[in-house]
Amino acid sequence: METLDATRAHEIAAEAAGERVSSRWEEPPGLFGWVATVDHKRIGRRYLVTAALYFTLAGLEALIMRTQLAAPDAGLVPPEVYDQLFSLHGTAMIFLFATPMLFGFGNFLFPLMLGTRDMAFPRLNAFGYWVFAAAGLLMFVSLLFGAAPNGGWFSYVPLTSLRYSEGANLDVYTLGLLFLGVSTTAGAINFICTALKLRAPGMTLNRVPVFVWALVVTSFMVVFALPPLNTANLLLFLDRRFGTNFFDTTAGGDAVLWQHLFWLFGHPDVYIIVLPALGIVSSIVPVFSRRPIAAYSLIVLATVATGVISFGVWVHHMFAVGLPPLSLTFFSAASIVVTIPAGIQIFSWVGTMLMGRVVLGVPMLWAAGFIVVFVLGGVTGVMFAIVPFDQQVTDSYFVVAHFHYVLFGGAVFPIIGGLFHWWPKFTGTMWNERAGRWSFWLVFAGFNLTFFPMHISGLLGMPRRVYTFPSGLGWELWSLLSTVGAYLLAAGLLCTLLTLWHAHRRGPAAPADPWGGETLEWATASPPKPYNFAVIPTVHSLHPLWDARTLASFAEGARSESRVLADGHLVLRTSELDGEPEHPLEMPEHSVLPFLSAAALFLTVLSLLFGWYVAAGVFAAATAFTVMGWLWPWEKAQA
Amino acid sequence: MACGVRRAGAACALLPAAACVLLLTAGCTASTPSPLSPGGAGAERVAGLWWLLFGIAAAVCVIVTALVLWAVHRRREARPSTRSGRRFVVVCGVLIPAAVLTFVYVAGLDGMRAFDDPHDPDQLDVEVTGHQWWWEVRYPGSPFTTANEIHVPVGRTIHVRLRTADVNHSFWVPQLTVKTDLVAGRVTHLWFTANRAGVYRGQCAEYCGAQHGRMALHVVAEPAAAFQAWLAGQSRPASTRGSQAFTSASCASCHTVAGTSARGTVGPNLTHVAGRRFLGAGTLANTPANLARWIQNAQAYKPGNRMPPQPLSPEQLDAIVAYLETLR
Repeated sequence: METLDATRAHEIAAEAAGERVSSRWEEPPGLFGWVATVDHKRIGRRYLVTAALYFTLAGLEALIMRTQLAAPDAGLVPPEVYDQLFSLHGTAMIFLFATPMLFGFGNFLFPLMLGTRDMAFPRLNAFGYWVFAAAGLLMFVSLLFGAAPNGGWFSYVPLTSLRYSEGANLDVYTLGLLFLGVSTTAGAINFICTALKLRAPGMTLNRVPVFVWALVVTSFMVVFALPPLNTANLLLFLDRRFGTNFFDTTAGGDAVLWQHLFWLFGHPDVYIIVLPALGIVSSIVPVFSRRPIAAYSLIVLATVATGVISFGVWVHHMFAVGLPPLSLTFFSAASIVVTIPAGIQIFSWVGTMLMGRVVLGVPMLWAAGFIVVFVLGGVTGVMFAIVPFDQQVTDSYFVVAHFHYVLFGGAVFPIIGGLFHWWPKFTGTMWNERAGRWSFWLVFAGFNLTFFPMHISGLLGMPRRVYTFPSGLGWELWSLLSTVGAYLLAAGLLCTLLTLWHAHRRGPAAPADPWGGETLEWATASPPKPYNFAVIPTVHSLHPLWDARTLASFAEGARSESRVLADGHLVLRTSELDGEPEHPLEMPEHSVLPFLSAAALFLTVLSLLFGWYVAAGVFAAATAFTVMGWLWPWEKAQA
Repeated sequence: MACGVRRAGAACALLPAAACVLLLTAGCTASTPSPLSPGGAGAERVAGLWWLLFGIAAAVCVIVTALVLWAVHRRREARPSTRSGRRFVVVCGVLIPAAVLTFVYVAGLDGMRAFDDPHDPDQLDVEVTGHQWWWEVRYPGSPFTTANEIHVPVGRTIHVRLRTADVNHSFWVPQLTVKTDLVAGRVTHLWFTANRAGVYRGQCAEYCGAQHGRMALHVVAEPAAAFQAWLAGQSRPASTRGSQAFTSASCASCHTVAGTSARGTVGPNLTHVAGRRFLGAGTLANTPANLARWIQNAQAYKPGNRMPPQPLSPEQLDAIVAYLETLR
């Protein structure tokens, strides 16, 4: 008997059933098909590309700020522009880059890792993308009109109330985030349902890849964390537009209420960003260490624990607000406790590497670099749990350094590592190894040169969010170093972009399984066919492609109609806990309605922004109608 | 390639050590408002806490980086182990961190006590009100109001009551004590003691609009006698000789000079303005030439601040500057 590997297993399945299944998963070509597609892989790639575009724009904003801060008393941009730059930089990186980028990975990878053919709600998926793209468009275009958010990414009242901010800037912020929240919530629900109902048979909960666990925990966090943010933004919008007084202290409102609502979302959001990125690392490290991840059950528990505990730490953003010291001690303790699960994850990766045989390919290089910088961001994070130290350095450049180590180190490094890792699946092409290494080292050097000196600036008393600074305070050197680093970092990111772009245009075709992968996505074509799997496999272990029985299940399944599912646009529904097969499920096909409802919702938001309330009502009704059309049980024409 | 990893790894391990040395040298600059060159008891406490946290942090970074490098570089013949690795993760990722973190938490709790109300009956009260973008300063019991410069006696407990007239700000004089926000609709408090005489720079640390970047203040800590003399001087009304130039111009609609008809309250009280070190909340050094520039067009130095450019004739401007220079 021949020895099976992922490539061979995939070929056997494709030969046996590929053609029959393929005819059920075709989408129309041309512009109509482009707008109407519900293919999770196309949508996932769109998320990745759009989020990368927003990352580039927000990064260029940062470059302007760093240029201004290269020398004291510089006047490249006036303060009111600088304020919009840093506010939009933060808002965009958090809301328009990090989460959508990771949702892009999730959209592309979930069905592939789970061994199914689509997301649970394909049209909702398409709708979510269009809403996200439009929300980003609104925010970035507002900058051209001087109307970008300018209250910082956390927009504290009363600075953001109508009395102190008369322009449309904060309306763009509140409406933009409420609008975007629709997309994020829809995406989260989709991930949860897909992971619970569409796993391949045999994939019990203790065989679910860590990346899937991470994104499911993230999705639950989104569902619970977004309501306080949406509430805060709605109340602020009402205060500004209709004269309510939720936050107006002169009329009995409360300014600290905003801070509580915002950070009740805001701190979980840090983990909403970081957890899926850690999931990417947990996908890369075992493959490049040639062994399963160490202490799988602990890393899953740590992920879930982080999700829960992170809802109890928000006040550490408010240690300097003058709240009662006793309450601060509680939040200090919780903030310390939340680092334990992070420690578990770190030592799980380190343990995997130590007990494995590390192959330092480019994705692994990013993962290893990530561990180093993320630990540095983690140890300064512990410092912020210590009340008096937090009160000293919060809102200084020290905190800017800290959260860039956590968010750039903790999310962007894994994201880029993940792009290299799954590029063969995303595009069907291979990148150049040398260029990949150059990209990493340039970014690694540029990143540390940019953000490490900020620790020192902060410890020398430099506050954050200043559009300039006076000379003679000892800040010049560190500020200049950060600026030089920022340009080096930009060069590294450009190199990364060119490497990936070159691979996409000119790179050699990728094999199905270039790394000897562990999880099911490597048993599909590169790039995967619209139907992903010609045969739905049966999963027998945590690392299905390193396991002969799972590999054999591709050939076995090819002989069974219940695993080929060629009688329609079908996926296999399985049970939540044990992945027992239930029955085939007919999935919605391509439709232009998600695009139309997103467009109608966007017009509703624009009308609210301009204060055209009648038009807003009309467009809201149009949104409702398109959604009804989308959900209507039309009789399907049988072929 | 391999040596690239080693080099960068070594750099990572060295970074904290290098930073430590650089910080020590950079902190020596006399004018740097570094929390690590403290002039007050509270800041001293936090500086001590920092070195403790720094030591632990550096050790963690070095150990993890070393483990990563070792995993990458050791001999490759070894076959991957099939053990779960649970014990390693529990010991390194749970037990050791839990012990270290418990210690750190207790140290932090202990540090918090340095910032409680010391219930000192001899404390000196100071009231600070934040404005976009300057600081109004009063001493309860004394009849005057000043701006952007707080004089305090060395060695005495200072109780600062913080309010804001508009948006949130944050009072941060890093060398004396930790920061405390000025929150709309609330009064917040902080206590500190200056241990040595000196001028300590502080700056608003909560983003408060366009000129958040130019909202500095200075705390002047001086011996008790000098402080009492300053207090007495501030309590005297201003000289009125030459005040005509000031009161007849638009100045008086926004500024107060005690003892004259100028009673505006939009901008800082200017009764003893010539005795202050800076103009515009730390924007310009307080010299006659800068004062003239500031009056003519403050927007050129601090765009967006509430003081419009003044269309004054050269004679008028000279007279106003000459008058203000007498207000010591």
